Amino acid sequence: MSVRPNIRPAGHKPPFWRDRAKRALIFQLILVAVVAAFLIYIIGNTQANLNARGITTGFGFLGNTAGFGIGQTLIEYSSQSTYGRTFVIGLLNTLLVGGLGVLAASIIGFIVGIARLSPNWLIAKLANAYIETFRNIPLLLQIFFWYFAVLRTLPSARESMAFGEAIFLNVRGLYLPQPLFESGFGLIPATFVVAIIASIVLVIWNKRRHEATGKRLPVFWMSLVIIFGLPLLILVATGVPVTWEMPVLRGFNFGGGITIIPEFLALWLALSIYTASFIAEIVRSGIQAIPHGQTEAAQALSLPRKLVLRLVVIPQALRVIIPPLTSQYLNLIKNSSLATAIGYPDLVSVFAGTTLNQTGQAIEVIAMTMAVYLIISLLVSMFMNWFNARVALVER
Amino acid sequence: MFNKKHLALLASAGSLSLAGMATAQADTLEDTIERGAVQCGVSDGLPGFSAPDDDGNWQGLDVDVCRAVAAAVLGDADAVNYISLNAVERFTALQSGEVDLLSRNTTWTTTRDTTLGLNFTGVNFYDGQGFMVSRDLGITGADELDGASICIQSGTTTELNLADYFRANDMEFNPIVFDTSEQTVGGYQAGRCDVLTSDTSQLAALRIQLDDPEASMILSDVISKEPLGPVVRQGDDLWFNIVKWSLFAMINAEEYGVTSENAEEMRDSNNPDVARLLGQDGNYGEGMNLEADWAYNIISQVGNYAESFERNVGMDSPLEIERGVNALWNDGGFQYAPPIR
Repeated sequence: MSVRPNIRPAGHKPPFWRDRAKRALIFQLILVAVVAAFLIYIIGNTQANLNARGITTGFGFLGNTAGFGIGQTLIEYSSQSTYGRTFVIGLLNTLLVGGLGVLAASIIGFIVGIARLSPNWLIAKLANAYIETFRNIPLLLQIFFWYFAVLRTLPSARESMAFGEAIFLNVRGLYLPQPLFESGFGLIPATFVVAIIASIVLVIWNKRRHEATGKRLPVFWMSLVIIFGLPLLILVATGVPVTWEMPVLRGFNFGGGITIIPEFLALWLALSIYTASFIAEIVRSGIQAIPHGQTEAAQALSLPRKLVLRLVVIPQALRVIIPPLTSQYLNLIKNSSLATAIGYPDLVSVFAGTTLNQTGQAIEVIAMTMAVYLIISLLVSMFMNWFNARVALVER
Repeated sequence: MFNKKHLALLASAGSLSLAGMATAQADTLEDTIERGAVQCGVSDGLPGFSAPDDDGNWQGLDVDVCRAVAAAVLGDADAVNYISLNAVERFTALQSGEVDLLSRNTTWTTTRDTTLGLNFTGVNFYDGQGFMVSRDLGITGADELDGASICIQSGTTTELNLADYFRANDMEFNPIVFDTSEQTVGGYQAGRCDVLTSDTSQLAALRIQLDDPEASMILSDVISKEPLGPVVRQGDDLWFNIVKWSLFAMINAEEYGVTSENAEEMRDSNNPDVARLLGQDGNYGEGMNLEADWAYNIISQVGNYAESFERNVGMDSPLEIERGVNALWNDGGFQYAPPIR
């Protein structure tokens, strides 16, 4: 069969609808125009309907005085603060439980995931039972369980469980002593920073030395000693310039010290434990995705078992683990909005709950809340994508 | 819970966006007649005001307003679709047209009346915010509550009054805000807070739901004005008038001594006020596009205000709230309806 050569005489341009690039461009433009027209219609129509019904619109309400109290505030807040401030308070509370939740879920998840592969029958079965239990019960029920079932068994404020007259646990929460720093304490965080920089330098130096001479030092333990030992040394040398403010029972509740509210504890526990069961499965699948031949090959090179894991198995497993792990992190952060059910003052409870109702600005408030979750999620996935690109297989 | 609420909010916000531009002036009366039922927003279960009974029928003082409007408009007090709303959903549901009448222990305030595109039609219960505490705390007055943990329901005027009261009295408190009144009670019972605050009528209703009602007491201090009343959308004056006068008809009926029992015989009454109320003298429903016997239907099917009060929240009910300020104006209370003439 003869093939007609796809060559045109020079100077002859095809009509634009025959040009693939131009055609694609035109379709893209049409799509953008349709989407834009739809958005303009929706926004205009909403505005017209809101005006017709006499509903106040706009973001001016953010500057008004809020006038209500919030149970947990990471920054200064009083009922005289503005609605804009309630947004920040709620956002910080969401980030707190989300951030600590991601941390705890990762730690539990990795431990359980590895335990699931343990040759020890009991450990493997326990890990399996953990996963199957927590993965298959709805998260909201788990939150209720931790909050209502576990909380109820704790004693009242006057009969608190005391741990050495400094830490108290009761139905109102966990009360810890608060450190009050005296002058001269600034030296300790400074030492801490110096120690971290020193360990990084040490690690880099060790790597270069290893590549050059094949000798290596136990840098991990050395760094640990530097990072924690140095500040501790300075602390003792300066005569421990810290006093502790102890929680004391005053009237109804404990005063002074740091209070960790039970709503936070319940939500944090439930989110971490629930998400960890998924992460455990992801970790297991990641490790099992590495063919056993890889381990055997590494062992054949007489690498010690620790290095087999660190240099061969884990880097390859991470490539499999990271993408689904990102989804779990995003899920955890979004699930934190279930806080509203147990009264933890997160963004949804404070801002999309109380503020929305006191101002009645449903569209503005919900739009802001959705935008926040979108932005947090996009930032997390951006970071995880960057991390994924770093650990991805570099083909040579 | 969370999902339901937010779906509803989103759906409502969405329908605000998509509602046709042409429907600026909705005809709620016509829609209601066509549908054959009043779309009425009620609470998510507050005994005495709006809660389903053992048979699943909604009962309560607020429910009776829905029933009165249905009786006036459709001649059948049972022609009501009840839509259960929590505190956060309620205004959006009314604004977006999911309900045509909100009768859900809602406090009349300036912000709600002027910026939400809504109108309050009257007051069916004069309330005030109070505190419920456990008896063994040994507290006798609200001024002893410094430092207390307080359970509140989200999205209520209660949250604002509470902060005002504690600031004005230079006291501190720790708010724990729940989504529904059920969860609020759960938190109080779990001992998470020392105090539960709400309108005193609600406290009475919530107290009888506790495992041990006798262990808790309601403080006599009342820290706010909470006039509760039905709400409608702004911009449909005909519907606004119907809802407003349905409640007035019940209050007038009490004043003139017309009850659901004697409404039939009272139709022959010589009292001109009664004759006008029951549609025997002139047609006062005409201005609202209703039949002349609109008020008769309300009273014979729902009863007058006193009947509704005693049956739902008064001495004939488990709540045992006294009439107090909710008595008629000529009996030492605030309830006063303009005359029908």
